[in-house]
Amino acid sequence: MTRPDHLIEVSGLKKHFPIQKGVFGRHVGDVKAVDGVSFHVGRRETLSLVGESGCGKTTAGRSLLRLIEPTAGEAHYYPEQGGAAVDLFRLPQGDLRQYRRDLQIIFQDPFGSLNPRITVGNAIGEALSVHRIVRGKDLSLRVGELLERVGLRPDVANRYPHEFSGGQRQRVGIARALSLRPKLIVCDEAVSALDVSIQAQIINLLKDLQEEFGLSYIFIAHDLSVVRYISDRVAVMYLGRIVETGSTDQIFEHPAHPYTQALLSAIPIPDPTRRAERIPLTGDVPSPINPPSGCHFHTRCSHATDVCRERYPDPVELAPGHSAACHLLSE
Amino acid sequence: MGSKRDKRQASQALLELKGLRTHFDTDDGVARAVDGVSYRLLEGETLGVVGESGCGKSVTALSVMQLVPRPPGRIVEGQILLRDKNLLELSSDEMRRIRGNEIAMIFQEPMTALNPVFTVGDQIIETVRLHRGVSKEEARDHAIEMLRKVGIPSPVARVDEYPHQMSGGMRQRVMIAMAMSCGPDLLIADEPTTALDVTIQAQILDLIRQLQEEERMGVLLITHDLGVVAETAHHVAVMYAGKVVEYASAEELFANPRHPYTIGLFRSLPDLARKGERLHTIPGMVPSATRFPSGCRYRTRCPVASEQCASEEPPLVALDGRGTESEHTVACHHLDQAAQL
Repeated sequence: MTRPDHLIEVSGLKKHFPIQKGVFGRHVGDVKAVDGVSFHVGRRETLSLVGESGCGKTTAGRSLLRLIEPTAGEAHYYPEQGGAAVDLFRLPQGDLRQYRRDLQIIFQDPFGSLNPRITVGNAIGEALSVHRIVRGKDLSLRVGELLERVGLRPDVANRYPHEFSGGQRQRVGIARALSLRPKLIVCDEAVSALDVSIQAQIINLLKDLQEEFGLSYIFIAHDLSVVRYISDRVAVMYLGRIVETGSTDQIFEHPAHPYTQALLSAIPIPDPTRRAERIPLTGDVPSPINPPSGCHFHTRCSHATDVCRERYPDPVELAPGHSAACHLLSE
Repeated sequence: MGSKRDKRQASQALLELKGLRTHFDTDDGVARAVDGVSYRLLEGETLGVVGESGCGKSVTALSVMQLVPRPPGRIVEGQILLRDKNLLELSSDEMRRIRGNEIAMIFQEPMTALNPVFTVGDQIIETVRLHRGVSKEEARDHAIEMLRKVGIPSPVARVDEYPHQMSGGMRQRVMIAMAMSCGPDLLIADEPTTALDVTIQAQILDLIRQLQEEERMGVLLITHDLGVVAETAHHVAVMYAGKVVEYASAEELFANPRHPYTIGLFRSLPDLARKGERLHTIPGMVPSATRFPSGCRYRTRCPVASEQCASEEPPLVALDGRGTESEHTVACHHLDQAAQL
């Protein structure tokens, strides 16, 4: 699947968290948070990972940046268009650092990731001085530029995180991620905690920055209307695996996997004259410690047959770029 | 158990707030979280209260329950009428009998509202025995019946489970079972689905809707999610900076929003935007409750604000001039310009 316009290609990514019991930490099982996912992100492209809580979308994003160490898999990163690939998962920590500049993350709650005792100016400048990009007087100039770029006044650099509102803190988080001129930013529920009007401001900002700096985004979100608006492509995850992937239009207009269909039908429509036709999804997501046999979704799927209980379905390509893992589709 | 319920004509007000003001003393001065809120919730209907964080929608609900922490909070003035009874004139004993019995409340995060050291059954049984004075066995049977009603599978076994043994969606169902256990006339739901996945949200909203139709109770639904409001509410009150700025039936409000703030909110929704088009935004942010602007509080963010807006606070008036009893009310000096937005 290697193509010159790909920035990152991930294959077979797994992250298992061991479960230990007793005083000797006996290994009794694994939480298979991410269990073999493959996807790619193109240059200047936004890929969204969606699914219910516990589906592994956040773990997948963080493993990719090696904020948590992946259990298995490969992540081929192409720093230059058409250039050689680096496998991010095989790099020793020391070598990883030079690529960390290119791969940044923004969190849902920037307050949790900003040190309350460090001014936002220093928080933004920190990475610049660690990577020895700019120093001294240039540093504060550069920080001022970044603050302006995300819509804050440069003189707020001397303020502390608690002096900012949620939306402003998210702007600080974005300025910090932007400081090293990254190629990819993982947005982990970056707009989920914001009010509608503020959310719209931040989404517009992310879009502008993508244009201006040629950024790629991995957008992790549970709000599907935001996902539909912002993404080029979407990957739907269920219990640690990708069940369907395609362009935003393919996923939203022609969802093929029963899970995707049910998930999309649950979105409330902001129009009282239209009633959503719900595909009822009973029960909760099963535990990733003991996922159901065969297709993980069969316990909640109204179309499940015997084969679904026995064998995990292979992805079926439905159209170029659109594939889904469901036995119903392979017949 | 429905003996106390004496259902009157729909279209009569079950709950009516008149000029409610709830203020908080803070280091920064007095925060006027709720500052002259009036709205009506009709018998057997759902009133959706929408607005951004800090607009006072939750404090209004806590005021109805009289659960505002005091100090720093205090209800400064106004009336809260449940049918014809002004709740603000009741003694704390009388209010305690109303809470949980005639008015029940569910919250965003059920884990903080459920006691982790008691089984869910014990917690429902406690409520029922407190208000109904029935035997423990009767109360337990009733608890199981309630759990069944809210769609908890194998309720006979789960009645003895602890909250941590349940998923978020199940806990919210338990909260609803507890709230419904005394057959309240009014259910206040404060962001009941905000912490849940969309699939579970759909289940919970269906449940609330179904229970409401069966029990004919009033629901005060507080949310920031316009999609949730569209699906559940009969009427909607839009709040901004401690005030109601617009009130109408859900169909009317979504088809014909008139206040510049309501219009701005709708246009910020990514649902309605076309791809590639920039999202509409409301500039700036909600003003602090200790320093609301003079006059119309939205004027600092409003595209059609004038000098009149700074000096004169617009009253909430009916569009057709028939007074506040009528369907669609708006608080804006410049409805004509707002219509051009």
